[in-house]
Amino acid sequence: MSVPSTTPRPAVEPSIWPRLEPLLPQVTKPIQYVGGELGAVVKGWDEVVVRWALMYPDAYEVGLPNQGVQILYEVLNELPDVLAERTYAVWPDLEKLMRAHGVPQFTVDAHRSVRDFDVFGVSFSTELGYTNLLTAIDLAGIPLLAADRTDADPVIVAGGHAAFNPEPIADFVDAAVLGDGEEAVLEITAIVREWKAEGSPGGRDELLLRLARTESVYVPRFYDVDYLPDGRIQRVVPNRADVPFRVHKRTTMDLDAWPYPKKPLVPLAETVHERYAVEIFRGCTRGCRFCQAGMITRPVRERSITTVGQMVQQGLEFSGFHEVGLLSLSSADHSEIGDMCSGLAEQYAGTNVSLSLPSTRVDAFNIDLAQELSRNGRRTGLTFAPEGGSERIRKVINKMVSKEDLIRTVVTAYTNGWRQVKLYFMCGLPTETDADVLEIADMAHEVIRAGRAATGSKDIRCTVSIGGFVPKPHTPFQWASMERPEVIDHRLRLLKQAINADRSLGRAIGFRYHDGEPSLIEGLLSRGDRRVGAVIRRVWENGGRFDGWSEHFSYQRWVDAATEVLPAFGVDLDWYTTRQRDELEVLPWDHLDSGLDKDWLWQDWQDSLSEYEQDDCRWTPCFDCGVCPSMDTEIQIGPTGRKLLPLTPVNGAGLRIPAPTPQ
Amino acid sequence: MRFTSHRDFARAFERALRRAGVPIAFSQGFTPHPKISYASAAPTGVASEAEYLEIGLREPVDPGQLRAALDAALSPGLDVLDAVVAAGGSLADRIEASYWRIELPEVEPAVLERAVAAFTAAGEVQVERMTKQGRRTFDARAAVMKIDVMRSVETPSGAPGVSCAILELVVRQVTPSVRPDDVLSGLRAVADLEPPVSPRVIRLAQGTLTAQGEIVDPLDADRDGAAIV
Ligand code: B12
Ligand code: SF4
Repeated sequence: MSVPSTTPRPAVEPSIWPRLEPLLPQVTKPIQYVGGELGAVVKGWDEVVVRWALMYPDAYEVGLPNQGVQILYEVLNELPDVLAERTYAVWPDLEKLMRAHGVPQFTVDAHRSVRDFDVFGVSFSTELGYTNLLTAIDLAGIPLLAADRTDADPVIVAGGHAAFNPEPIADFVDAAVLGDGEEAVLEITAIVREWKAEGSPGGRDELLLRLARTESVYVPRFYDVDYLPDGRIQRVVPNRADVPFRVHKRTTMDLDAWPYPKKPLVPLAETVHERYAVEIFRGCTRGCRFCQAGMITRPVRERSITTVGQMVQQGLEFSGFHEVGLLSLSSADHSEIGDMCSGLAEQYAGTNVSLSLPSTRVDAFNIDLAQELSRNGRRTGLTFAPEGGSERIRKVINKMVSKEDLIRTVVTAYTNGWRQVKLYFMCGLPTETDADVLEIADMAHEVIRAGRAATGSKDIRCTVSIGGFVPKPHTPFQWASMERPEVIDHRLRLLKQAINADRSLGRAIGFRYHDGEPSLIEGLLSRGDRRVGAVIRRVWENGGRFDGWSEHFSYQRWVDAATEVLPAFGVDLDWYTTRQRDELEVLPWDHLDSGLDKDWLWQDWQDSLSEYEQDDCRWTPCFDCGVCPSMDTEIQIGPTGRKLLPLTPVNGAGLRIPAPTPQ
Repeated sequence: MRFTSHRDFARAFERALRRAGVPIAFSQGFTPHPKISYASAAPTGVASEAEYLEIGLREPVDPGQLRAALDAALSPGLDVLDAVVAAGGSLADRIEASYWRIELPEVEPAVLERAVAAFTAAGEVQVERMTKQGRRTFDARAAVMKIDVMRSVETPSGAPGVSCAILELVVRQVTPSVRPDDVLSGLRAVADLEPPVSPRVIRLAQGTLTAQGEIVDPLDADRDGAAIV
């Protein structure tokens, strides 16, 4: 249990920059540690009451563009008595130097030591960031285990999609938030503010208790996990009065009221994406059974065409970006997407602003939209995601696309001038056989054959891109067994041979895939329980860092650590990954409420096995997945019937002096 | 902004042009590029007080307003000091030499002086560097017009308490270019000078070279007379 402690907070070092700067010439891409981005905010330490350090636990180039962190950063910094700064994972070269010179994990905004903040919020989009969390905690000088922390340490809060099962990192974080963060961070801030104003009564323990009582902040230390002799979980129960049995996810309704980011961060350093991204809606009810993002972000909440138009205009003016991404989990499904695309294309005609829409929908509408958006000259790539190779497996995963549809759509793309399309698939899906995967080759062959016939040209290509399936919590596949990496790798080899069996067609088909091994480890982490924390720790102690990067990831290191650590608990790596769970098993995240009714999920899993498809509740009646009634939310979609406003001309407005960024 | 690479700067500058609504001209072609040419950019890790570039515009603008708009549009630490209308002739041709200052913390000035004397005395100092064309060996001596050890005790960048030697250089623009780190390699080659801490390098000026070895602002030729920043 936590040690009630009154250790006074040590004096705050104003900036660690003088100690960091001499190290930077010795590391790769030092610019990523310098900060000073457009949109960055630096406030005086003593002018505020509540201080947040926000982390995306990956390299700056991946972390900086992350929408979630940018949104929370802005929402928090808009409060006058609150400051939020950002920190990212440092590469091993700098980590080594920081250790040698005693430089702590720092924020890039004002180069302050992370340990000095009140709250250290970490955003997990993927489980592969867990080892980087440990590096950051350790470099910050914070005890690795939550139980060892004192009042001199910040409260570490995990958020993001992976936080829907924070059990594998339960020993290392103090709290986790499920779901949307906009209002959650404000609520946490209010609790910290009040507790500090009262003189921090009861120390850390009392603060965590107040957070837990909100019923939407999960504090792992207040729950005990009991296990059955065979290793399965018997139950998870609160060990304190006043702590809820289940913790609920947060849902931000009315996205028009939360038009963030308004001031996107524009880095000097190169990052994975340099564009202004606007989420045009949140949630997705297409119901792809493998998709955790779609399941846990329900219901669908659209941002109106007017707000999107305004955000685009102001975001571009602020940032100077020349690319706009209209993002969501399935952007072509926005009820006013047609008007939105044509309106924006009109508005930005004649400028070099390009618009993109990450849509993977397999139909002609998708191509119409892409045509509209490429009016400005630049043609963005077209990607279609049938996800499964055979009609049968597509029924299993609920991806309702027929082979004929796909071929017709791709051929339309070719005849409209696209020379290259990407096709996304998965390998290792439940019930999958070699034959299901080999059908991908047939599909790709037919795409090229039909494309050549329709265009009369040999100059068309497609790329087949295959990812490994990882069963995720809060999805109908949460009970499924994973396929072994050897089987996946074998199927991929067969597929490659089948694609190249026809030399002429094979030449026009690119093939990109991931090995099965990293997926197995992702599977261990995503459906893991608290015992998996010991594996993460061992891997980290043995040098594991940046597990999302193939050049840093070591499968052997994970297997070795699992072999050393797990047998003491009577379980092993296979138990977590290739084992199918049965209906009554208590899953590690059952006490964490995503709104989805477990019975509905089980029914959908059964439907999947009998290859029965489920419609989308936006266009057919509610199918009672449980989310809306249990979260008191509802679908928010248009059309609003309004147009893109205001229609100010964008070109030739003359020189303007942009407002200085707040410092 | 000493850690910005040239690519980073170029992207930031293009964004600033858009933020400031500058009527920039674009190259012809399917993927039009804004017309910007950079004159001998400082290497990454080097601070600079004097970088020059030339842009092509669709329509004339007032240079003073352009300077103010671009300066506001760039991140703090990147400042636009002046803009003039180009009178003709390429900017790159006018950049004949650079004036650099190198701070060497924890190096005794006397040690540096001996190294500099050995460097000056040598007719030729071969150094090696990785370039885009691979590893190359070239002379770092001939391009150095002036090399002085400064007699200042204060450390300009405020590194606490230790001795710091300061070197000032005027180096001619040659191919392959001789950069401050090449001169440091040269000092290592002739006198085993091994700075214990990474040196801090600042470009103080660049421009046309007079017969006396002075550097003249390359924009002087355009003053009172499309835009240079
Ligand atoms: C949808 C999606 C996309 C869509 C749309 C992206 C978008 N911004 O909406 C598209 C197709 C465009 C896309 C593209 C890419 N993506 Co993507 N994408 C996702 C996905 C599935 C969901 C992201 C999302 O909904 N973002 C919307 C924001 C607002 O939500 P959020 O970040 O979850 O944050 C909210 C809450 O979770 C919460 N929250 C978050 N953190 C915290 C922290 C605290 C303390 C609290 C209290 C709350 C909180 O508050 C936020 C606001 O409500 C994630 C995986 C995942 N499960 O998260 C991958 C993911 C983020 N993408 C990834 C990648 C690699 C990319 C690309 C680089 C792919 C490529 N090679 O081009 C590009 C880059 C795009 C970019 N930089 O914007 C990776 C990142 C890998 C990594 N190492 O971190 C992920 C993790 C997928 C994966 N496992 O590989 N992506
Ligand atoms: S509860 Fe009904 S309407 Fe709401 S997301 Fe689930 S199926 Fe759709």
